[in-house]
Amino acid sequence: MQESTDIHPAPRPGLTRFLPPMPLFLLQPILKRVVTRVARENPSLFNRLGPHKTARFVVDPQGLPFGLLLIPNPEALTFRAFHRNAEPPSDARIAGKFLDLLGLMDGGADGDALFFSRDLDVSGNTEAVVCLRNALDDVEGSIAETVAGMFGAPGRAALTGLRRMAAKKGDHA
Amino acid sequence: MKRPELVCPAGTPAALRTAVEAGADAVYCGFQNATNARNFPGLNFTPEEMEASVAFAHKLGTKVLLAINTFPTAGRFDLWRDAVDMGARYGVDAFIVADIGVADYVKRTYPEIRLHLSVQAAASSPEAIRYYAREFGVKRVVLPRILTVPEIKQLAREIPCEIETFIFGNHGLMVEGRCSLTNYVTGLSTNMDGVCSPAADVHYDKQPDGSVTTRLADFTIDSFAPNEQAGYPTICKGRYNAPNRPDAYYAFEEPISLNLSGLLPALIEAGVDAFKIEGRQRSRAYVKSAVSAFRTAVDSILAGQEPQLADLLALTEGQKQTEGAFKTKKWR
Repeated sequence: MQESTDIHPAPRPGLTRFLPPMPLFLLQPILKRVVTRVARENPSLFNRLGPHKTARFVVDPQGLPFGLLLIPNPEALTFRAFHRNAEPPSDARIAGKFLDLLGLMDGGADGDALFFSRDLDVSGNTEAVVCLRNALDDVEGSIAETVAGMFGAPGRAALTGLRRMAAKKGDHA
Repeated sequence: MKRPELVCPAGTPAALRTAVEAGADAVYCGFQNATNARNFPGLNFTPEEMEASVAFAHKLGTKVLLAINTFPTAGRFDLWRDAVDMGARYGVDAFIVADIGVADYVKRTYPEIRLHLSVQAAASSPEAIRYYAREFGVKRVVLPRILTVPEIKQLAREIPCEIETFIFGNHGLMVEGRCSLTNYVTGLSTNMDGVCSPAADVHYDKQPDGSVTTRLADFTIDSFAPNEQAGYPTICKGRYNAPNRPDAYYAFEEPISLNLSGLLPALIEAGVDAFKIEGRQRSRAYVKSAVSAFRTAVDSILAGQEPQLADLLALTEGQKQTEGAFKTKKWR
């Protein structure tokens, strides 16, 4: 397991650096709802994880003021945010720009291509990451869309906006 | 003009559905075990998924080719036999095999099901291909990526079976089915266990300067500078130091993908019966982009129009592409 460190602190973007740290307690119940919903709708996802169901994955959405911890254990699902100065220990770490990570969850981006272009960083247990990637990729439709749908019209509008931003970024790549 | 079959990769049921909906004429896939040469963690099909996927593909008129293309070792044949039996039960359209024992079992047990010779068999001469056709009734050979288009054209005149060539994805120039580099380093065999560079032995170490060092087990394969494009962590695509070389260099291959979109008319004219897109280990997004692009390109050629070629560079390894040996034997 990787030690708890903060070796990849992302500078807080723009004006947010002058704001107090984000109150993550507001985010935690939302993340819990999201992971529970995705797990409930895609139970076969856990089979693809094999022995890595209990692995601790840290996801680092660069540009956001927090990181995410995922433990895809169907018996004790964990998906929570943490402050960047308090990264928990993990078995594997996945880092990339938020829009790229969103693209992966939206079924519109290819993880290998992001790795080739160095937009995706992976460290720790590579097999666990490969299993997670394959498990998520076998989820029918778009995880991002499922999540957006949980928040009704505002959620869907937000996803449309983010997709537009991602497409624009791709156009300029 | 003969209509070539577009043969597309499916590493998961979702990828299979994506390939079918994007216009694949056939998809190839395998079980979650050592019988297929993409035996990667979290990938491939359970028996139940295979059965449902074959039914889905057939409903939309797409064929399913089952890859059972590794080599059984003594005492392990049951696994390969069971895979063939299950495939036959689920109604697959062809078996893609490399081993003569597996080919013989299919021929004797299911003579009504087509046999395709995997690239893993590395059959590239008319003599070798004719042998497989004669002895096992092989209907199609998947050619190694080492022949030029004129060589393929000549070969087509001399063999009694169909030809399938790779058109996109892994460049794959090692003598397939005989590469032992992974076995040497990790103890697992690409050809007998189906794993090239097992993920459990792959390590990415990010350095303080932003560069990334790639290791397979105890062997350092490469080190990518902060903004340098990366490739797969395979020994054959590593950069190594040698006494007579001032800098580290790609001793075998380099991170680059095959893209034959510009050679499709020449390949059709040469007598190629099927175009194969590599990438069962890739995502649904890759499958959708690559299959859609080649569907459009092939259809426009068949309609007598200028081929419309989508830009697939972003999907390529190392963000580089080549026409490799298909264009010239001096591609490097």
